[in-house]
Amino acid sequence: MNSFAILKVALRALGRNKLRSALTMLGIIIGVGAVIAMVSIGQGAQAMIEQQINSMGSNVLYVMPGNITTGGASLGQGAANTLTDEDVEAMRREIPTIAAASPVVRSQTQMVFGNQNWFVRIEGTNEFFPELRNWTVDQGTFFTEGDVLSAARVVVLGRTVAERLFPGLDPIGQTIRVRNLAFRVVGVLAEKGQSMVGQDQDDTAVMPYTTVQKKLLGQVIPSVNQAMVSAVSQEATVVVQRQINELLRQRHKIGPGETDDFSVRNMSDVAAASQQMTTIMTLLLGSIAAISLIVGGIGIMNIMLVSVTERTREIGIRMAVGARPSYIRLQFLAESLVLSLTGGLIGVVIGGSLAAAISGVLGFPTLVSALSITVSFAFATCIGIFFGYYPAHKAAALDPIEALRYE
Amino acid sequence: MIETVPQQHGEQPVKPADGDTIIRVERVYKTYRMGDIEVHALRGASLMVNRGEFVAIMGPSGSGKSTMMNIIGCLDRPTKGQYFLEGEDVSVFGKAELADIRNKRVGFVFQSFNLVPRTSALENVELPLLYAGVSSKERVRRAREALATVGLSDREKNMPNQLSGGQQQRVAIARSLVNNPSIILADEPTGALDTRTSVEVMEIFQRLNRERNLTIIIVTHEHDISQYAGRVVQFRDGRIRRDEPVEDRKDAAEVLANMPSSEDDDE
Repeated sequence: MNSFAILKVALRALGRNKLRSALTMLGIIIGVGAVIAMVSIGQGAQAMIEQQINSMGSNVLYVMPGNITTGGASLGQGAANTLTDEDVEAMRREIPTIAAASPVVRSQTQMVFGNQNWFVRIEGTNEFFPELRNWTVDQGTFFTEGDVLSAARVVVLGRTVAERLFPGLDPIGQTIRVRNLAFRVVGVLAEKGQSMVGQDQDDTAVMPYTTVQKKLLGQVIPSVNQAMVSAVSQEATVVVQRQINELLRQRHKIGPGETDDFSVRNMSDVAAASQQMTTIMTLLLGSIAAISLIVGGIGIMNIMLVSVTERTREIGIRMAVGARPSYIRLQFLAESLVLSLTGGLIGVVIGGSLAAAISGVLGFPTLVSALSITVSFAFATCIGIFFGYYPAHKAAALDPIEALRYE
Repeated sequence: MIETVPQQHGEQPVKPADGDTIIRVERVYKTYRMGDIEVHALRGASLMVNRGEFVAIMGPSGSGKSTMMNIIGCLDRPTKGQYFLEGEDVSVFGKAELADIRNKRVGFVFQSFNLVPRTSALENVELPLLYAGVSSKERVRRAREALATVGLSDREKNMPNQLSGGQQQRVAIARSLVNNPSIILADEPTGALDTRTSVEVMEIFQRLNRERNLTIIIVTHEHDISQYAGRVVQFRDGRIRRDEPVEDRKDAAEVLANMPSSEDDDE
């Protein structure tokens, strides 16, 4: 008796009780569907966070000035003016594993073009900004080292700002007014979308940091809000972090045992932390869904046990005409496998559509991976075998004489 | 196929058969345990049947005749004693081997027909061939042939519940002979049938016995029915009490011919 014949007998037997078979399958369909949908949410979140961390620039470290305390009140990290553009320059000069570095000076102000105006967050950096932030210029060019040195009144606009100030116009070469100063638009950044916290990253403008310091903030003693540093490689970030520590302690004359007046944040730490969080979320969602899959398996076992009892006489007949116990076992196993595999297949489709619906309707990112499909399908198969084995074994162990007498 | 009898006879020597011995049961015991009580269904019964014989087994209920049938049909194994089927000691066979013997060498007919419900007559007849690993095309061909033998060619698509009792039993007979067994065992095959249908069933058995030299063993309560066989074996208390040929054997075809034709031909 070949496997095809066994399958045919199993399909017939299931076909005789269509509603019951469908309901039993439903348990597996819901289980597999739930696992795939849930895991896709977790993996979607993970992929989004990964992408956003990458978009912040790979191998990037941030150096922040330290805390100051005035009158007993701590003003928090970054409050001190202890970080200077000389510090940034020194880092770039003295640490060979640094690929690029830039001071960051922040401001915000109204920008005006014609009768359009927009309130913009401004980031002052140097010419390494595109490299550091992994952010290309879409139109025009980025400003140059010369612009930085001369504190030129040039600006590179984010996509949103460009659209607000120049609806339907080419912004390149146009002059906008910022605090009654004329600025020339030299470039527009590529679109980047929302940040991890939902902020529009394109609602920004970039200028030479010297321009921000002198023209916008009017600083007498120039200071920077933070420094952006990129290491030559992912592996080098740890070394770079240590070397920045040593260099700045030396430059800021911090003796042994004294606390730093700055801090260095490594993006890969942030990445690892959020990765861990989303992994836990994926596991949590997946395991809750897996429980429903197991419940579905118990449903299969339940129905198969009923089926074996109901069909005791049929089993007796089959044995009397020469079915070996192993054939009977295979036949019932085939039935539970057909239930779990078909259920698994439908579940994959439903789980996939559910994931698509979640991202389509709720706007939540989902990712249906081949791995989650394979794993949940394999899991469904194992459940079919595991929960189908006992009823099948029970059927095979029946005594033909007693089975024939069963009413 | 004459085989030698082992020279280790006990208290009840088995007569060597004249002819081709197909079944040789030697001092077989069968004890069931029902709770604390031991039930001795067979207490040293011996039986020899030659190829082509038509044997009727009779006896009151509890006499061990059904147990004997189950052992002969390889549905059950003796607690003690030996059973040679076509010279082979099958009393030592395992479950899978017994299943194979039931599949290829024995055909069963039951009092309650025992057809698989909601499965067509043709597929019911195909069943033994399915387990014999016969191809689908060949299965259909042979099943049709077997149905034709019992005169049910026009009923192959019917489900068991669309067939009369007599027709169901004929499907069961077709199923029992589809794999060309050596023996057909029928446990009260007419027990659930009316007189005319019973004779019709016996006619089929007599025909198969005569034309194909099939060995047929039936268990029956009815003296009438036993008279269609060539030999009657009487069981009592787990042993064979009487074993004698039928003196004035009835011919079912003849009986049918002399019967007033039935009102509605068992439809």
